This record gives sequence, C-alpha cells and structure tokens, in this order.
Amino acid sequence: MTVVTNHKWRKAKNMFMQTLTFACAILVVLPLVLVFYHLVVSGIGAINWNFFTQLPKPTGELGGGMANAIVGTFILLGIAACIGVPVGVLGGIYLAEFGSKLNWWVRFAADVVNGVPSITWGMVVYALLVVPLPEPYRGTTGAFDPQSGVLTVTDRSGESHDFTVNDTTRLHLGGDGQLNSLPKGTDVIVKFHRGAGGVSVADSIGSAGWWRVFMAYILHLHNTVSGFSALAGGLVLGLMMIPLVMRTTEEVLHLVPTGYREAALALGISKSRMIVQIVVRTALKGIVTGVLLALARVAGETAPLLFTAFGNQGWMYKVTDPVAALPLQIFSYAISPYDDWHRQAWAGALVLLTMVLVINISVRVMTRDRYQAKG
Amino acid sequence: MTQGDSPTTSAAPAENISTPGRGNPSRGPALTVKNLSVFFGTHQVLKEVSIDIKACSVTAIIGPSGCGKSTFLRSLNRMHELVPEARMTGEIRLFGDDIYERNIEPVIVRRRVGMVFQKSNPFPTMSIEDNVTVGLRLNGIRDRATLAERTEQSLRSSALWEEVKDRLHKPAISLSGGQQQRLCIARALAVRPEVLLMDEPASALDPIATARIEDLILELKKEFTIVIVTHNMQQAARISDDTAFFYLGELVEYNATKKIFTSPSQKRTEDYVTGRFG
Amino acid sequence: MDLDALKQKLLAMAGHAENAVNRAIEALTTRNYDLAIQVKQDDEIIDRFEIEVDELAIQLLAKAPLASDLRFVTVAMKISQNLERVGDEASKIAKRARDLTKEPPLKLNLELPRMSALALTHLKGALDAFVHRDSAAARALVPRDKEVDLLNKQINLVLTQRMMEDRESIPRCLNLMVVSRSLERIADHAKNVAEEVVFLYEAQDIRHTGKASPPPG
Repeated sequence: MTVVTNHKWRKAKNMFMQTLTFACAILVVLPLVLVFYHLVVSGIGAINWNFFTQLPKPTGELGGGMANAIVGTFILLGIAACIGVPVGVLGGIYLAEFGSKLNWWVRFAADVVNGVPSITWGMVVYALLVVPLPEPYRGTTGAFDPQSGVLTVTDRSGESHDFTVNDTTRLHLGGDGQLNSLPKGTDVIVKFHRGAGGVSVADSIGSAGWWRVFMAYILHLHNTVSGFSALAGGLVLGLMMIPLVMRTTEEVLHLVPTGYREAALALGISKSRMIVQIVVRTALKGIVTGVLLALARVAGETAPLLFTAFGNQGWMYKVTDPVAALPLQIFSYAISPYDDWHRQAWAGALVLLTMVLVINISVRVMTRDRYQAKG
Repeated sequence: MTQGDSPTTSAAPAENISTPGRGNPSRGPALTVKNLSVFFGTHQVLKEVSIDIKACSVTAIIGPSGCGKSTFLRSLNRMHELVPEARMTGEIRLFGDDIYERNIEPVIVRRRVGMVFQKSNPFPTMSIEDNVTVGLRLNGIRDRATLAERTEQSLRSSALWEEVKDRLHKPAISLSGGQQQRLCIARALAVRPEVLLMDEPASALDPIATARIEDLILELKKEFTIVIVTHNMQQAARISDDTAFFYLGELVEYNATKKIFTSPSQKRTEDYVTGRFG
Repeated sequence: MDLDALKQKLLAMAGHAENAVNRAIEALTTRNYDLAIQVKQDDEIIDRFEIEVDELAIQLLAKAPLASDLRFVTVAMKISQNLERVGDEASKIAKRARDLTKEPPLKLNLELPRMSALALTHLKGALDAFVHRDSAAARALVPRDKEVDLLNKQINLVLTQRMMEDRESIPRCLNLMVVSRSLERIADHAKNVAEEVVFLYEAQDIRHTGKASPPPG
C-alpha cells in the first residue's frame, strides 16, 4: 500500500535530516573544542605563578612572565569601556527612545563602522592621537625684528624663544606690524607650520581671542598625550565597541514593553526621568550583557593595538605611556625564534581565551530568569 | 456636600502635587469637552465630540472596535500625543482649566488626570511599595513619612492593603494578575489625581478579580471622577452612572446608563447594545 | 435567536387563551355542556404554557439582554401571566355555563353578548398590537376598558333587580353575575397586555396613570 511506503520514506528522510543537522551542530562546536584543547596542551606547560607575576625577561633570557600584558589588557579594556559605554549606551537610548528620520542613517552608519577592519581603526587613531600635531606657541609678548627676520616670543614663565620667520609679508598685527607694540601680558598665539624648510610662521600673529586660546590649550593637551599610549589603545578599542554597544542597547530597550513607558508617563513623570528610571532600569541587565559581550569581542584585537598601545616590556606608569597587552605579546612572542617564548605565547593565548570564555559564561548566568510572576 | 472631608484627604498635608477641591461634585462637571477632533496625520479619529463628564461619578465609554473610544480617553490626559503626527482641535477643560493651553505641560495634566491600563504593568524592577510611590518619588517627594503614609492610603483605597501589608518590599511581579491591577490603581491614586481614566481595566482578569475591581470602582467614585472604557456592556450597566456610545469617531449618544441600556434614543445605540453589530 | 422562540411560544399561548374565551362564551350562549367541560379541561394547557414561557424567559435573562431585548423578555413574562389569568377566567365562565345548562334558560335582556364581544375584541386587539408592533393601537385600547366596566355594572344592576323580583332565578342570576365579572376581568387583563405592549415598543410605562396620552415631543 502506498500509504505504508510513504510512511517509511518519510521516516527515513526525517532520520537523514536529523543526522545531518546534528553533524553540522557538532561541526560548529568542534573548532572551539579543538582550539581549546590545543591551547591547553601547548600552553599549560608554561602556566605557572611566574607567568602571572613576572615581567618579560630581556631578549634571549629564559623565564619571565606576562604579568604586564595581563594587567595591560585589563587597563585597555577599562579605558575602552570609559569611551565605548557612555557613547554606545546613550546612542542606543537615543535610537530607541527618541525616534527621528535620522535613526535609519545612524543605524546604517553603525553597521558600516562595525565592518571597518580593525587595523583601519588603528591607523585612524594613530594619525589623530599618536602623531603629535604642531602646536601653536602661546606667549605673552613678542618682538619681531624685520631685518633679521627673528621673532622673539616670551612665554609665561619668562623664557624667550627665537623663531626665524621666512615670509615677513604675512605678519600683521593691528595694522602697524609691530609685535612689540602689544601691551605687556597680552596673550599671543604664534602658529607654526612644519614644512620641508623647518618651522615657519604660518598664520597671522595677533592678540589672542578666547577661541584661539582654547584651541591652543587643546593642541597643547594633544601634545602631552600624543605618542604610543594606553590612552590611544583604549580609544581605538572603545571606538570599536561603540557600534556594538549601541546596537545591543537599542535592541534591549526595544524589548521593554511600551506599557511601562505609558504607565510612567501617565503618572506625570517626565520623559527623561521615565527613560532613565524606568526603561533603562528595566533593561539594565541586557545593557550590561551587551557591554560585556562587546568587551569580550575587543579584548582579542591585535592589529589596532600595534600602532596605538604599541606594547611595553615593563609596566605602564602613566596612561600616556605605551602599554603591553596580551594579544600584542602573543604576537611578538609567536613570531620570535625562541622556543621558550613560543610556549609563553601559547600560555598567553590560553589565558586570553579563558578570559573571553569567563565573560561569556557569566553573561549567560546573569541573564537567566529569576522571577516568575504568579498567574 | 462635603465629600472633600473623607479620611483620605483630611490627613494629607498640602503639597504641590494635589489640587484642592477634588471630591466635591458641586464644583460642576469634571471635564467639559467641546468639539474635540483628533487627527493622526490625515486620518480623523474623533469627529467634533462634545460631552460633559460629571464629577464624582462613573462614566462608561462604549462602542465597537475602532470607534475612537480609546483615543478619546487618551485625549483627556494628553496621552494621545505619544502617537507621532497626532493633532487635535477643540477644547477640553478640567474643572474649568484648559488642559491644552500653550504653557501647560502634559506632565502637569497627567498628575491631575491619572490612567490605568488594560494590561497591568507594575514596574518589574521595583517592590510593591516602590511601585506605589514611584509617581511621587520621581517627582521629587522624598520624605519617608509622607511616602509611607501615601502608600498605606493608596493601597487601602484600592483594596489591596490587607493582602500586601506584610510584604511591601517584595517584588511587584510576585502578585497575581488581579492584585497587580489593583496595585496599578493604587499607584495611580498615590499621585492624588482628580480624575481616573481606566482603559478596559478588568478585561484581562478572571470573573472574581473583575468583580473586585468593579466593587473598587464603586467605592472610588465617592471621591474621584472615573471614566472607564469597556467593551463589556453588562459591566457598563453594572457600575456606571452615565454612558457614552461612540461609533466611527462620533459621539452617538450620551445619557444616564439606565436609559442607554433599557431604552436608547438612537437606533445605532440600540443595535450595538443588543448585539446586532460590533 | 431564542428571543424569537419566546415570541412564538407567547403567541401560541395567546392563541390558546383567545380560543378558550371564545369557546367558553359559545358554550354559554349555545348551552353546550360538552364544550364547557372541554374548555375547563383545556385550561391546563395554558397553565403549562405559562411555566414554559417563564422558564425560557429566565434562561434568556441569564444572557443579560439589554435595551429592547430586555424589555421584551420582561414584557413576555408579564403577558404570559395575564394570559394565564385570562385562561382561568375562561375556565370559570365555562364552569358557570356548564351549571346553567342544568337549568332552563333565563328570559332576560342582558348586554352579555355585547360585553363578551367587547372583551374579546379588546383581547384580540391587544394581542394584534403586540404582533404588529402597533403601540398606538395599544394605547387606544387602554381607556376603552371603562366601557366594559360600565357594562359590568349595568348587568349587575339588572341581575340584582331580577333576583329581588324572582327568588327562583337567584342561582341562575348569580352564575350570570360571575360570568359578567369574569368578562370584566378578561378585559382588564387585555388592558394590562396593551400597557405592556406600549412599554415594549415605546419604553413608556403607562400603568396606573389613568391616562393614555401620547408622550410629549
């Protein structure tokens, strides 16, 4: 009878599909298991107390550890969080709670930015933060000798600095071109141009308005932080975090039922209070989850750190110093010719993977349902 | 009539949140609506509705789905403004005050006109007492004594006090459906509104819980003006003093409940009430 | 719809009641002993109808009808009660008719035929107004009940006179007085039905007002 044959055929098809999908599921988990296994086997040998407490030894010497890299990774993640969390969460709140035509563009931009290769991020931050900018010079008085072409600027501490001016016709001050006709104590901004022939005066010198003084402060600040630093490394990781955090925050906020918002507004609570105290509070677990997952994601980024954090054989003492990080250390050890360093690289990778696993597991634990409402 | 001297109002200190004179039906109609029309974009949802809602009474709003009754209810506390491109023309006065005047913020209106929704929505991250006082705390009232007093008053007013007085700090979502709805009512009452709007408050509850809510409404009307949207006509007949029948955005008939349900004047009302459509 | 079932049952009951009065009067005027017995026995049909109508009405009330449906159910219960009493009165007339056949006919010019015709007209009129939703006709019926009351008084006077003159005629006269009173009561019940019909179709309660003028406006 055809009915019976169909039944057997369907059963066989069922069996086949079930086995196939099961096999695929295994295939997905397999790489993780293999990687972990390999890491453990290769790296467990080098995991010891020293590994976690000692600094790397100079090239060629045996022993030492990755203490600074481990701490450095935490530092970088900390700075990244300081940048990524506020911007991402607030951006997510904007997208979810304040709708506008702009939303589509913001989301689109976030998705595109998500796809930007991490090394590109590194390059951007390198150009913006690591490379020092020519800083305008702030002085209080100045004297210019047109014949010698020397501009003398006296700064606040009373020190005098001489600069040779290339193009005198571009100097003007108040109409009479005399720098030393400024009243004593006036702030003077001298902007310099870094060119092939050295430093030259690039802009008009004048008594400085507040905007120029402000910009000078900014650029001075930049000078003090430029260079390879933990700050730059944290910044790049933070920037990479922003689209992730923004998207997950937005999604989690969307999951909060509208009923709560309406109930809060109906009580005469203002919209901003409603968003913070009711909506965000309800979605807090989800937002924290999103943040943790984003941190886990950026914890392993290596390429952007290459020219921002740069790495450090010792401790980082100031946030503007270069800092060691696990991925960087792993990279440089792995391509080295030393076996001992290879083993340490495996150990470092194992530690890194464990960190990521711990974050993911704690996220799972946090998001399980605790309360069940009674019928 | 000195309804204002009921126990819940006499013990309360004067605060900027409660408006005096609530609970006194001789103040005239609680809400006067004149030629109210509401548009969502180009779609006109309410057409020139004019109605006077009496103070200290229960007014039921009935009508088939899509007739605009929920929109009408929400226009009474400016909640319809949450819909983008919402526009209204006409006038609504709350005890004489124009609630759509330019310099009046919706937030102020909503403190005088409270709302309870169909699906109970106690805030899940807060305890029972925090839920009750949330409207006060988030509006700046922090004094512990006041909050505790209001909590008890409001929970008593909503017939929930005896059941929860020993577990005020427990999470609000541990209550049953009917209790949660009464909690939402207590939460709305804590802000001391003058009018309480209820959008099908018992439609998600079992018959026993529904009956308790109805008894509660009959108690509350001594002090508050209540406007309730319901699709359950027997409920409207049971608890309301006046009923308004809406159809396709128009107010078809507004009369004493017993007239609407024994001998309505309009044929459309008669057809709806006897179940011939809708 | 169950409301229709109630209406049909009520109309069937009305038919039986009207029929009972008709036949009782016929038994009286044609001195038909067997017909009188039949009418008396058939009264239990009408009684059963009242029970069934009330049962059906209560079932319908549990569904919480409103507006005209509500008025219809309550009016149906009242009309059935009135019809049952009409049946009882018809039964009484039949009983007296049966008793009167045992004695020779009384030679007397009574307005009984006219009174019975009027009572029947009123009953039929009220029931027709119910069927045809004619509340104006029902209103018109209400004051006409006085005509029947008047006839009853007249007949009583005549019979009292005859009883005083002729002692032998007393049993027959008493029977006839009962018949007259029953007819008067049947007309009263017809008036009640008419008032219920007005309430049903106009939502106006005109009972006990003494007037039946149309509503203002």
